[in-house]
Amino acid sequence: MEKKSVFKKFVYSQKVAPYVFVLPFVLTFLIFFAYPVGSTFVMSFQKVAAENTAFVGLKNYKTLLNPIFYKALKNSALYMVLSCAIMIPVPMVLAAMLNNKNMRCKGFFRSAMFVPALTSVVVAGVVFRMMFGELDGSFANQVISLFGKDPIIWLRKPVTVWIVFLLLCMWRWTGVNMMYYLSGLQQIPGDLYESADIDGATGWQKMRYITLPLLKPTTVYVLTISIFAGMAMFSESFLLFNGSTNPNNVGTTVVVYLYRMGIEQNNYGLASAIGVILLIIVMIINVIQLAINGTFKKGE
Amino acid sequence: MDMKKKSTVQSVLLFVFYLIVIIITLLPLALLAVSSLRPGSELMRNGLNFNLDWAAANLNNYKLLFSGQNSYFVWYKNSLVITVVQLVLALFLSACVGYAFAMYEFRFKNLLFMCVLLVMMVPTEIILLPLYKLTIGMGLSDSIWGIILPYMVVPMLIFFFRQYLSGIPKDFLDAARVDGCTEYGIFFRIMIPLMKPSFAAMGIYQGMQSWNNFLWPMIVVRSADKVTLPVGLQSLMSPYGNNYDILIAGACFAIIPILILFICFQSYFIEGMTAGGVKG
Repeated sequence: MEKKSVFKKFVYSQKVAPYVFVLPFVLTFLIFFAYPVGSTFVMSFQKVAAENTAFVGLKNYKTLLNPIFYKALKNSALYMVLSCAIMIPVPMVLAAMLNNKNMRCKGFFRSAMFVPALTSVVVAGVVFRMMFGELDGSFANQVISLFGKDPIIWLRKPVTVWIVFLLLCMWRWTGVNMMYYLSGLQQIPGDLYESADIDGATGWQKMRYITLPLLKPTTVYVLTISIFAGMAMFSESFLLFNGSTNPNNVGTTVVVYLYRMGIEQNNYGLASAIGVILLIIVMIINVIQLAINGTFKKGE
Repeated sequence: MDMKKKSTVQSVLLFVFYLIVIIITLLPLALLAVSSLRPGSELMRNGLNFNLDWAAANLNNYKLLFSGQNSYFVWYKNSLVITVVQLVLALFLSACVGYAFAMYEFRFKNLLFMCVLLVMMVPTEIILLPLYKLTIGMGLSDSIWGIILPYMVVPMLIFFFRQYLSGIPKDFLDAARVDGCTEYGIFFRIMIPLMKPSFAAMGIYQGMQSWNNFLWPMIVVRSADKVTLPVGLQSLMSPYGNNYDILIAGACFAIIPILILFICFQSYFIEGMTAGGVKG
């Protein structure tokens, strides 16, 4: 009885309470993050097998010096760059139009733009896979036939595969990014524009010297999430090609390759080496990001 | 007068442009909805398009979906259970952690917060394999706990709750302490009610994440009776197309409840799913 109340007093003290509150995070961080990250590093130097796991030095990394992994790296990087290049200006312009004082039915348009974000990547993948199917009657082929073009097999050649990837990305995320920009725009004080009007500023000047600089925090945030989501792209490719294999590896990203090696071929060592390389790339991007923008400092 | 005319023209142009954008945006879903009224075999032969013969349109796919002769509603139930359990756990635990970061001073606070940011920044796909090995080692593979446990404390939510609570003055806590409230009493009786609006937005954020989660459940779950809805739908995408009736109708029926919730709670949805935006 006595012992219990001492314990209770300890747990209830103002000094100890914060540690009790953060305990769930500390535990999950150590078990489900720090340990797996550590074991990714260890496994990347091993040949992992059920019976005897052996240390193989840099062999896994040497195995990765192959054209398919290069292609996967290139695809992930390309996806990241292209999705950032599209998913910042397009939502920004759409948000600016929606924020225009002459715009009607703002509420409806705003909600309608957001609807695709509600669908799961699986539903989106199913619809896009079938829309861009190889049949003459699939929607995309019907559309190009209106322009007198012959039906094509969309998910085979690099150019058309990338068109589908980017359309899928745009479809799902334009509404969400637009919402970020809309709230960014609404935080810009209106009198800034009024005084610019008095000074005789043109629309372009207002855009260049008021809107864009004041939207920078929003842009930095959107850029950050787009970069990481882009580098880690997996589901879109997996669903469009209905699996981790695709013609000539046109749609193989780093994570798709990791999945193929690790989960399908049970080559944990090699997959871990892929994980380590991806981790290093992400960390380098992070450092560059922080150096340029100080992304997460502003919240402090 | 001229100004007025100009703004009317602008208004019409903007409206028409946006209407076109919206039509394109909603087109894939309309395509899905229309196609769910056609037999799957026909889709297989002719592809997904708007060629709907209204006279032949029927609800047979939905009848099949509800007939109980397939696993669709088993998946649905699994997804629902996982979403609810994960939602409650993630909201509660992340709120505790976010509260500690916002309201207390303690050793290692900054170090721990750096860890939160680190988890946010590292794509979870990187640790896929060791995490999978770990869940097997813990005997959690092929169970809903294997899906939930690694992701029951969510850095994004911690970050958001901390941000939300940092607006509340700390005098509040001292006043409550003087009145004899314990540290945990303060959290449960004072803070949780104060956090209600943020729970709504974060609940939607987390709910959507859990409901739509695909990669991790696909890896963890093996047996047919534990499959979640996204994983199940994906499994119907066979090259032979013999399951397209269920696939298309099922995909539609997976969206409808969320669409209804969205229409009812729009502002919470938008706030929740864009959380962290310019706040970060």
